[in-house]
Amino acid sequence: MKKLDLEEILRSLVDVEDLELENVEIDAEELIVKVKQAMLPLVLPQAQVPGAAEKEALPEVVFEKPVGEYRGYIEEVTLGATRSEGGTRGKVIKIGGQRTLYHFEGGWVNRPVVSFDVFDIPQPQFPKALREAWGEVWDSPAEWAREAVRRGADLVTIHLVSTDPKVKDTPVGEAAKTVEEVLQAVDVPLVVGGSGNPEKDPVLFEKVAEVAENERCLLASANLDLDHERIVKAAVKHNHNVLSWVSLDINDQKMLNRLLLEEGLPRDRMVQDPTTAALGYGLEYTYTMIERIKLNALKGEKELAFPVSCGVTNAWAAREAWMNVAEWGPREYRGPLWETINALAVMLSGADIMMMLHPSAVQAIRSIIDSIFGDYQGVEIRYEDWLKV
Amino acid sequence: MAKVSPLEIYKYLPGLNCKECGSDSCMAFASALIERSKSYEDCPPLVKDEKYRDKLEKLIELVTPPVREIVIGTGERACTIGGEEVMYRHELTFFNPTALFIDVSDDLPADELAERVARISRFEIERVGQKLRLDGIAIRAKSGDPAKFGEAVVTAVENSDMPLMLCSFDPEHLEVGLEIAIERRPLIYAATKENVDAVAELALRHSSPVVAHSPGDVQGLLELVAKLRSRGVEDIVLDVGTYPLGKKFGECLENMVMLRRLAIERGEKLAGYPRMGVPLVAWFNGDEPVKAAMQECVIASAQLLRYADLLVLHSMDMFSLLPLLTLRQNIYTDPRVPIQVDAKLYEIGKPDENSPVLLTTNFALTYYTVASDIEAGKVDCYLLVVDTEGLAVEPAMAGAKLTGGLVKEAIEESGLAKKVKHRKLIIPGMAARISGEIEDLTGWEVLVGPLDSSRIPAFIEQKWKSNGKG
Ligand code: B12
Ligand code: SF4
Repeated sequence: MKKLDLEEILRSLVDVEDLELENVEIDAEELIVKVKQAMLPLVLPQAQVPGAAEKEALPEVVFEKPVGEYRGYIEEVTLGATRSEGGTRGKVIKIGGQRTLYHFEGGWVNRPVVSFDVFDIPQPQFPKALREAWGEVWDSPAEWAREAVRRGADLVTIHLVSTDPKVKDTPVGEAAKTVEEVLQAVDVPLVVGGSGNPEKDPVLFEKVAEVAENERCLLASANLDLDHERIVKAAVKHNHNVLSWVSLDINDQKMLNRLLLEEGLPRDRMVQDPTTAALGYGLEYTYTMIERIKLNALKGEKELAFPVSCGVTNAWAAREAWMNVAEWGPREYRGPLWETINALAVMLSGADIMMMLHPSAVQAIRSIIDSIFGDYQGVEIRYEDWLKV
Repeated sequence: MAKVSPLEIYKYLPGLNCKECGSDSCMAFASALIERSKSYEDCPPLVKDEKYRDKLEKLIELVTPPVREIVIGTGERACTIGGEEVMYRHELTFFNPTALFIDVSDDLPADELAERVARISRFEIERVGQKLRLDGIAIRAKSGDPAKFGEAVVTAVENSDMPLMLCSFDPEHLEVGLEIAIERRPLIYAATKENVDAVAELALRHSSPVVAHSPGDVQGLLELVAKLRSRGVEDIVLDVGTYPLGKKFGECLENMVMLRRLAIERGEKLAGYPRMGVPLVAWFNGDEPVKAAMQECVIASAQLLRYADLLVLHSMDMFSLLPLLTLRQNIYTDPRVPIQVDAKLYEIGKPDENSPVLLTTNFALTYYTVASDIEAGKVDCYLLVVDTEGLAVEPAMAGAKLTGGLVKEAIEESGLAKKVKHRKLIIPGMAARISGEIEDLTGWEVLVGPLDSSRIPAFIEQKWKSNGKG
């Protein structure tokens, strides 16, 4: 019997396509064969490798990534406009544009983004953790927005809640000034939120759209209870996007989206918000509704094929997020974690924008996004070692 | 039986409509099979009569979930994982909630180990009327000494009746553990490419489920499964590895999705097993405990949402377990039925004929929120629960599922008129709109309560005690 060492085996492989060795014994504790692609396929002598006898009986295992086939795609929406596009933003943010459900299937061009909520008046009713995070800056929306960007916001949402007649009835002209101040304070794209008052919001958005002309803000929101046509017209005239908001009803979402399109909103200017229920308080409805929206859209249902925005801040409506209950553990950790998990859930179900409030929750969700999209290296571990930590 | 219709199942039933199964007809039985409230074995003609042999075989194939259902442990606390049939909740429902195992390592002093094991077993927190608990104990062979590992298993067996997971890559350790826990059907962790022969043999001999472990390598994992199956091992759990936040974290989530999709949408038998994750890897970084526990919660939540059927955790801090347990409760709620309580009259504390009567809906979350607020405020009262088909107050109002007519029915059925002397009803602030309607239909005086039930005690103090009585 001739003795071959590995070198020789490998050398003999260079010029052949198939190689079969018969009657060989392999002497090695561990056999590591590194072969260049071009040398494959390699047929190793089988009978002598331990366990090889059974191996013959095993079916050949061929693993291919199970990539789906999709007829539809999600519209890509651009938020913000730079100087060359007539705006003043430092950069634009693109959301949506997915052609596959999962990232690994290869159809993702944009990643989910985070918007920090900023309010036009102080929010003393906030839970303690949020008061502590923002209390120092909330007298000035511009200051608040600047701080939000410093803490990692991709976008800022300025909520003009004080315009509600039941709150302060701030005149729309004054509210529009707040928007201008925020636009000057930060150079990220803006989301502008109304107060939810169905009479005032359309008037408000007309004014805001005008003063923020060409900045491609996202006007939040059009809903079924107000004159959405006025909001659409203002957005089209002054170059903005519109958020189409319903409350957890997929048929309502389709209907409202259709109406907004009929009223002239271009497809690449619509974002939808199916309502975010808090973790522990109906989150599953939101989770499932977003999954259904994305699945149907990718199947080709064009009325749902828009990016999704989620008001993750609603997480703070859950008592578990803010209430001081000894049994639940320290609320200063619990609250931010509650918001983080809420954001994570909507993101994994398909959300493109997460509107959030607590800085550590935002930080957490950003590192999750970066991990999923592969550019956060993190610590290298040997997984097997978990038995020994 | 991913997405089969009752009609498809009906084809393989005897069609006798003999009701021996307890259903009214074969068609009803077919629906029950889909809902999993009945099993094919409940149809006597089908299993007994030779002539239905072919139908039976086809039916079994049809109703066997594409992800194998696996039981770990024995007795009351045995836990079942896998058995899933769909990718998305709305397609049917998810059946077996992700099992949460907490680790103990065999190098802990015996008393500490016993203490931790007992704490894991005792752990319980109530949310929306459900008791949320942990599901098992993962014993890690950290010391490297089989005798020590054995001692740890003895301690766990003696101090808990929970399912166990014996964790070592060394068959010698595993054998020691299995001999001790032989009656407990522990989960064996893990078979690897290197030890598969020995571990497969152990699994068969002790008829215990076993984990196939192949970190970061789906192909390798499927090959390992093929090997285990060729040895006759069928109860397998898949472990494709878990990584802390970073590049590999994303990949490990994707691997989980791929495995589930292979099983459910591609009919790949080798992937047709439940999957596990180890969020405990968050503790590798040497971060301070709060940070590690938070990261552990994040990893666990992500894996839960990405189809993990079993997770191994380290932290027992409530601040990090509560979000995870709540997420699990939400995601595994049957989308076909909101969690509800019986619509009837409840007594809270020790109410008498002068006590206030409050009204709410039968959505479990609403009921328990309100009831716990009332209890916390030590208010003795009657709580009248109206059947709103499981909707909370606000959605019920929006959807016209809470109306004066329903309130009238509820009052009549409850026999309240005999229990209290007064005729006053406190309704949720959110239901203010129907107060007039209720008064007209029932003749009861309506007091509109606060918007949020946490203010009920204060409301009773101010509005009831001063002018309510009499
Ligand atoms: C989850 C949810 C749903 C779920 C319902 C889940 C369920 N099983 O109830 C689904 C998706 C089914 C749903 C449907 C609808 N919803 Co909805 N939904 C919500 C959401 C997100 C949370 C509701 C919730 O669970 N709250 C938690 C429970 C505990 O609250 P609760 O029952 O009201 O109890 C509190 C108080 O009422 C009070 N309380 C309760 N009992 C008592 C008793 C007394 C004596 C007192 C004093 C106080 C009190 O204390 C409790 C704790 O704070 C809210 C938005 C929000 N509020 O966050 C919208 C919301 C309630 N829905 C809304 C709407 C419009 C609808 C729909 C009509 C939508 C549609 N177009 O189909 C339907 C109606 C249902 C139907 N058609 O059958 C609107 C209601 C607007 C309005 N005020 O009219 C809301 C506010 C969203 C919004 N901003 O637009 N919804
Ligand atoms: S026992 Fe079998 S044959 Fe008889 S009604 Fe039930 S399903 Fe049909």
